[in-house]
Amino acid sequence: MNMPLLKTILALGALCCTNLFSAHAGWSVGDTLPDLTAQQLVGKLPDSFKGKVVLVDFWASWCLPCAESFPVLEELHKKYSDQGLVILAVSTDEKRANMDKFLKKHVVTFSVVQDGAQKLVAQADANTMPRSFLVGRDGKIRFIHDGFRTHETKAQYIAEIESLLKEKP
Amino acid sequence: MKLRRLFLPGVIALLVNSGCANVKPWQRETLADYTMRADRDPLRVSQMQHVWFSREEANGGGGVGGGGCGCN
Repeated sequence: MNMPLLKTILALGALCCTNLFSAHAGWSVGDTLPDLTAQQLVGKLPDSFKGKVVLVDFWASWCLPCAESFPVLEELHKKYSDQGLVILAVSTDEKRANMDKFLKKHVVTFSVVQDGAQKLVAQADANTMPRSFLVGRDGKIRFIHDGFRTHETKAQYIAEIESLLKEKP
Repeated sequence: MKLRRLFLPGVIALLVNSGCANVKPWQRETLADYTMRADRDPLRVSQMQHVWFSREEANGGGGVGGGGCGCN
C-alpha cells in the first residue's frame, strides 16, 4: 500500500475519533464544589452551603429516572434537612415551561434551579441523566451517582448521607 | 502543489469529523421525545410484525432497552 495514502487514512481516522474520545474533565470525587452562586442559575438557591452536606442533582423533565428520583429526594429532604442536608436539583431544561410542567406534577420542597444555558452541567460533565454529586461538610465531592435505580440508589443515598452528616463541620 | 494535495483530504476530514459529533446526555431532549420512538404506533408495529413473520419467519427482537435519552 502506498504510504501517503495510508498516512491520509490514518490522519482522517484520528480526526474522526477526536470527538469520540474527547478528554473527560468533569467534577470528580475529591474536587471542591464550585461556588454555585457565581453560576448563571435561574431560581432561588439555598441560603447557605457552608458546613452542610449538599446533594447536587442534575435532572431534566424528559428523563424518566429523574421523575422516579424526585419522591426519594423529597423523602431524604424531609428526613435529613434538619440535620444539615441541603438538596439542590439543577434542571438542565432549556425551556422553562418544561421544567415548570414537571414540577407541577412532582411537587417538592427542596431547592430547584434551572441551568437553561447548560453551562454548569457541561462543567460537571454529567455523563448520565440524572447525575448527582454528594458533597461533604468540607465542601468536597465525596460520592457520585450515575442514573437512578430506585431502591439501590435510595439505600446508597441514605448510607452515604448518614455517614457524611456524622462528620464534624 | 503541497497545498493542493492537502485540499481534498482536508475537505473529507471536515465532512467526516462533522458527522461524529457527540450528543451529551443533557442535550438529548429531542432524542428522548416520544415521536422519536420507532414503536410509537402500535398498529404499524403489529403490521410490520405480521409481515416479518409471514414473509421471513422472523419474530420478535425488534426492540431495545431505553428510548435514546441516555438515562441510566
